[in-house]
Amino acid sequence: MRLVILKDYAEVAEWGARYIKKRIHDFNPGPGRLFVLGLPTGSTPVGVYKKLVEFVKAKELSFKYVVTFNMDEYIGLPQNHPESYHSFMWNLLFKHIDIDPNNVHILNGNAPDLNLECVQYEQAIRDAGGVELFVGGIGPDGHIAFNEPGSSLASRTRVKTLAQDTIAANARFFNNDINQVPKSALTVGVGTVMDAREVMILISGQSKAHALYMAIESGVNHMCTVSAFQNHQRFLCVCDDDATMELKVKTVRYFKGLMTVHNQLIEETGHPSLLHTEN
Amino acid sequence: MTLFRFCNCTLIRNHALVVDDLWIRHGKIIDPEKVFFDERIQADVEYDCRGVLVAPGYIDLQINGAFGHDFSSPDEASEEMLLLVAQKLTAHGVTAFVPTVVSSKPETYKAVLPKYKRRAGSAKDGATILGTHIEGPFIDEKKRGAHRTDFLRKAPNGIEDLLSCYGSFNDVSIITIAPEIPNMIETVIPELVQKYNIVVSVGHSIASLDIGERAVCAGARFITHLFNAMLPFHHRDPGLVGLLTSHRLPTTSIVHYGLIADGIHTHSAAVRLAHRVHPQGLVLVTDAVPALGLPDGTYHMGAEKILVENKRATIAGTQTLCGSIASLAECVQNMRQALLDGEISKHGEVKIDKQFIVECIDAATLHPASVLHIENQKGTLSFGADADFIFLDDKLNVLSTFIAGEQAWTVNDNWSINNLRTKNSSQ
Repeated sequence: MRLVILKDYAEVAEWGARYIKKRIHDFNPGPGRLFVLGLPTGSTPVGVYKKLVEFVKAKELSFKYVVTFNMDEYIGLPQNHPESYHSFMWNLLFKHIDIDPNNVHILNGNAPDLNLECVQYEQAIRDAGGVELFVGGIGPDGHIAFNEPGSSLASRTRVKTLAQDTIAANARFFNNDINQVPKSALTVGVGTVMDAREVMILISGQSKAHALYMAIESGVNHMCTVSAFQNHQRFLCVCDDDATMELKVKTVRYFKGLMTVHNQLIEETGHPSLLHTEN
Repeated sequence: MTLFRFCNCTLIRNHALVVDDLWIRHGKIIDPEKVFFDERIQADVEYDCRGVLVAPGYIDLQINGAFGHDFSSPDEASEEMLLLVAQKLTAHGVTAFVPTVVSSKPETYKAVLPKYKRRAGSAKDGATILGTHIEGPFIDEKKRGAHRTDFLRKAPNGIEDLLSCYGSFNDVSIITIAPEIPNMIETVIPELVQKYNIVVSVGHSIASLDIGERAVCAGARFITHLFNAMLPFHHRDPGLVGLLTSHRLPTTSIVHYGLIADGIHTHSAAVRLAHRVHPQGLVLVTDAVPALGLPDGTYHMGAEKILVENKRATIAGTQTLCGSIASLAECVQNMRQALLDGEISKHGEVKIDKQFIVECIDAATLHPASVLHIENQKGTLSFGADADFIFLDDKLNVLSTFIAGEQAWTVNDNWSINNLRTKNSSQ
């Protein structure tokens, strides 16, 4: 694992966006060779998307040859509902960038056959050549996407019922009315994300400190599904000081010491071979 | 069908200024999110609007003529004349209007009204015709303003008298009457509203507030040029002006009122008063006379001669005002200035000005559309509405006018659609 420790949320968002930009540039996508990117929703990616939009508007980055797969979507929420993940992605990213709508994949929470929708999503990822970089966040209970505590670490895209914690955390997006929050969702599995060639998790704030501790300093445990990435060859974890509050000083000092190396990962001049070191 | 994307606009949306794109197809404003996820296509043609202020096109509910043409003149009335005015009004940012006919003889109504049919607007044909506004002749003599006494009438036989006077109610959108005239409240107003779906407006009247309230309860929903041609506000009998704060009106709909903000017909303090008291009801109208758009001189309106001098139009030989020659765009500017002038504290000036800009534009777009119950198609930039919109600079001068998504008028080449295009991949 690489643990990139930055000062605050603003730095995390910027670093994350610059990493995505650099990875796309190094990949050098073109007409027959598209860059497949996995994307999250929630509050953590908001700053990242804002930065990516800035890059596109400044003509420093193009999504013309990028394919995206989002992690999840609520079941039963109309596509144009302001809190659907379709709306979130449209308003925060897609409407501002030059991506081809045919290259955008988001699970359809209103599909007539939800299980078929999940099977087809997995197939679409395979057809695209697999995910090059899957970006994600972490829930306060250490979950990735909607893989709630107790989710199989080998799981694939499927229907999941949301945990009480998750519903409570999401209530703030539904007028603080817990009854309006959807109770189930379609989500990529832990196994699905593990299949990606690289996984980048963004973690900010003290409320996530315990989850980060469980994810990287504790064992691999299906009660904290992000911990599964301890078994991934290229797991990149980007966090801020507040999120490290529950880690050992030893851990934090070690990774902070690697920051000169880590920062080369986002420099335009940073050599792509760096990706294969220090993991 | 070609999909157009106007990028980089400062839109008036949901009573606020929002930087966003405007997507148009088939002459309508559409939801780009739906197009993205359901149709999976990108825009065929893209324009860069450089951050310009984009408002819905202006709607004028009371205009007696313009550019030398008089809607009340049987000699001039024709489809070609109406078309000409509709085309020229686009220079004022007007994309829809209601040609108004003043108190006239029955023969005149029968000659002119059939020539003014409802018609959709276009870049070629100019502004949309939203039906006619018949102002009179069932009005009070004491408040006739510039209307001729010998043309005024009563309605002893109720609605039959209106029908025989006008000939027909086809394509009539608004009728102004004085509600105190016998039979108006009892039978005429309810029938006009329920049977003929016509908007009834009260005006040119000496009605007390009580009569005004009963007229609204009977179905009237508009007040013709508030303050003008009615009793002045009195603290023991507020008259029709009191309708703005009446507590005895049905709560199901609001009463709108026309206001002529030409800087002459209504003092800026009166504009502020009405706005503070009942902002959602404020509808800017020009009540323009045929001289609108023409230089100083003498012109005709109805059977009268009017004199235009120094931005004032009066009946030749008198001091009686007879309508304004300020364009609707100028009225919007005047209203904004009136609101700004009323702000004593300069703290938060920019923010409050933004709010005023939205309110003044609403008064010339959303509110008039609401009067005619067409606020889902006209007077708004919401998804599904007709793509009638205008570009404005920060002083609210009109830079360009679009009808059904096509450019109908532009102030100069800078704003010509060809110079804004950044992408064109349509066949």
